[in-house]
Amino acid sequence: MTAIPHDDHAHHGPAKGLWRWVVTTNHKDIGAMYLWLSFAMFLLGGAFAMVIRAELFQPGFSLVAPEFFNQMTTMHGLIMVFGAVMPAFVGLANYMIPLMIGAPDMALPRLNNLSFWILPFAFLILVSTLFMEGGGPNFGWTFYAPLSTTYGPPSTVFFILSMHIMGASSIMGAINIIVTIWNMRAPGMTWMKMPLFVWTWLITAFLLIMVMPVLAGLITMMLLDITAQTSFFNAAGGGSPLLFQHLFWFFGHPEVYIMILPAFGIISAIIPAFARKPLFGYASMVYATAAIAILSFFVWAHHMFTVGMPFAAQLFFMISTMIIAVPTGVKVFNWVATMIGGSMTFEVPMLFAIAFVVLFTIGGFSGLMLAIAPVDYQYHDTYFVVAHFHYVLVPGAVFSIMAGVYYWLPKWTGNMFHEGLAKVHFWMSFVGVNVAFFPQHFVGLAGMPRRIPDYPLQFANFNMISSMGAFLFGLSQLLFMFIVIKCVMGGKKAEAKPWEGAEGLEWDLPSPLPYHTFETPPEIK
Amino acid sequence: MLKRLRPLSLLAAVFSALSLASSGALAGWETNMTRGVTEISHEIYNLHMMMLYIVTVIGVLVFGVMFWAMFKFRKSKGAKPATWHENTRLEVLWTVIPLFILIGMAIPATMTLAKIYDTPDADVTVKIDGYQWRWQYTYLADSPDDEVSFFSALSTPRFEIRGEAEKSEWYLLDVDNPLVIPANTPVKFLITANDVIHSWWVPDFGIKKDAVPGIINESHTTVLETGTYRGMCAELCGRDHAYMPIVVEVVEPDEFEQWLAEQRGDTAAAGSETLNTAGQ
Repeated sequence: MTAIPHDDHAHHGPAKGLWRWVVTTNHKDIGAMYLWLSFAMFLLGGAFAMVIRAELFQPGFSLVAPEFFNQMTTMHGLIMVFGAVMPAFVGLANYMIPLMIGAPDMALPRLNNLSFWILPFAFLILVSTLFMEGGGPNFGWTFYAPLSTTYGPPSTVFFILSMHIMGASSIMGAINIIVTIWNMRAPGMTWMKMPLFVWTWLITAFLLIMVMPVLAGLITMMLLDITAQTSFFNAAGGGSPLLFQHLFWFFGHPEVYIMILPAFGIISAIIPAFARKPLFGYASMVYATAAIAILSFFVWAHHMFTVGMPFAAQLFFMISTMIIAVPTGVKVFNWVATMIGGSMTFEVPMLFAIAFVVLFTIGGFSGLMLAIAPVDYQYHDTYFVVAHFHYVLVPGAVFSIMAGVYYWLPKWTGNMFHEGLAKVHFWMSFVGVNVAFFPQHFVGLAGMPRRIPDYPLQFANFNMISSMGAFLFGLSQLLFMFIVIKCVMGGKKAEAKPWEGAEGLEWDLPSPLPYHTFETPPEIK
Repeated sequence: MLKRLRPLSLLAAVFSALSLASSGALAGWETNMTRGVTEISHEIYNLHMMMLYIVTVIGVLVFGVMFWAMFKFRKSKGAKPATWHENTRLEVLWTVIPLFILIGMAIPATMTLAKIYDTPDADVTVKIDGYQWRWQYTYLADSPDDEVSFFSALSTPRFEIRGEAEKSEWYLLDVDNPLVIPANTPVKFLITANDVIHSWWVPDFGIKKDAVPGIINESHTTVLETGTYRGMCAELCGRDHAYMPIVVEVVEPDEFEQWLAEQRGDTAAAGSETLNTAGQ
């Protein structure tokens, strides 16, 4: 793409120095900043996880006090969900969606700048609570009332403020993505020609603008309970702690799909690229994504099977949850069918994508088991649940992000990453993640509750193994950082299309990407 | 030696090793859910195993096909890519077949769920109150004077937790006053909490019920075998969440009656003492 030169082109380049990053409205700059912020938060949340696993290495008081342990589990969850996974997907959306649909930038570039730049302050506020009197949030990432309201530490109001800022950022980001996809597709880029990453993000963005206001309402009610002596969640004043859980999970279940639908999009780009064969069942992939998103609004109380619901409610939420296995299964079958008859090579993005398919599916299986209400009485709030959602989030969402980063890194930087080191990173992560999380199924089934800093002796062996796996996984992410920085600094020059089978408009552009792309819309064949 | 073993007997050996592991012969390496000691816990265990077998078979099939594809359709083996990318019949098939599998799972699950909700009249009713960080058990009676109530808290000594002494067998799973209930008798639990949400969980009974302030939840059990059964609080309830275990002694009904009468005697005596003091 060569832009036609015109008079006011000169000031379109980036501003000089650090100020460039503050005032930028360029989707690539903002996308990159989202990704760096998310990686920083991934390392911070990972550091908290290392504290957790070090404490659980053996039974007894070994490292930190229970008060601090609870802050670590809470902050680990909050930082990973809101700081690592969500901003990473928003970053990829910012960077890639305009390129994939042939748009020059996001539709609302100034809003884009704002939605990014309020985020670092949200996390600054959140992390600063650790240094406040009474400590940071210590009530789990699900912050159930009344533990988080009547019994919460004084810093809870700062936690609420930071969550409000993150929610506002997400809503702005989601609106921007919807408007961009709706209005800025290049001529000829019809709905059913859009890459699946664009489709999954469109649907995710709708989920975001539907549930983030629910979260905002929920934490505002909390704030009133804490500061204005209302009793939304206080039984003594006529409120109900269960109201909190219904509202939280009405937000929370779509939220977990917000963290996995864009992953489906990334994997649906990578597997066809390295199988050199078009994605099997494109249309059914789109419908399956939409079906999962719609169903996500009708399953929330499967997180609450033990709170004492009537039989009919349990049955409804059990069955609605089981049905989600159907569209999810369709996706997995489609990926496998894409591989059949292909001509496969196994570069690093493909390795991560294949690991995603296998390990995410294992997480899906345990999810199906958890849906069975009577059996959930035994699984609920044990390490079996911890193993389940880490399987869908770490080798699920996080592996898809890493796959995407390796896939598009040559496009972003113009350099190839070090293939050998990246393979080491993959295998260390793959082994680490399984050694860390597979044994957690066992201790969970054997009866170990989650969120405990100390445990009976019967759980000691598997916990030690799990900790060792977690340390290996943590260590391997430092290697990831090194590989990415090394690639940004230099390396073998990347071609415009470094992956033989890659499809999509982004590969028609030169590597590295020029600062402005598609100032004139591309032709869609 | 191994060569002479038939594959079938080898398989049998592996399975018996696995079942040994799951029956607890290898302490500390338990990998599975307990079968428990109630009819409900047995049904839950069977459902769990059914689910585990079904997802394992599906997993082996799906991953098997995927790994076959990964070895067969490699570029390095000269595989030429095909261009097909749709097959309506196949797509309908793998939407419909899972639906039938799900129906097959949902039917027994619904039956067990219905059984859990189909509650018999209880001979003994115990009110369970969650506190930060101990449990209070109250045996309800027709007259409040006959009620028996006591707290049950962790009895593992602090120096074991701090690592200043060797940890005992039931580290973190011992309490000062266990709950005592009769075997083969329907028992009703009324579960609530005094401060934050707790969750009363005894895996061997197949009961996990949240203790929510302002709400009284109901659970029923009929324990088939006498013995000591242990569990832990299953809902994060603050600093000492890990330190509020549950211990239930299940005894023969006549032994239970005797125990309860003793407790009533104690409380009655204690009550009259208080009255006497008040009278003076």
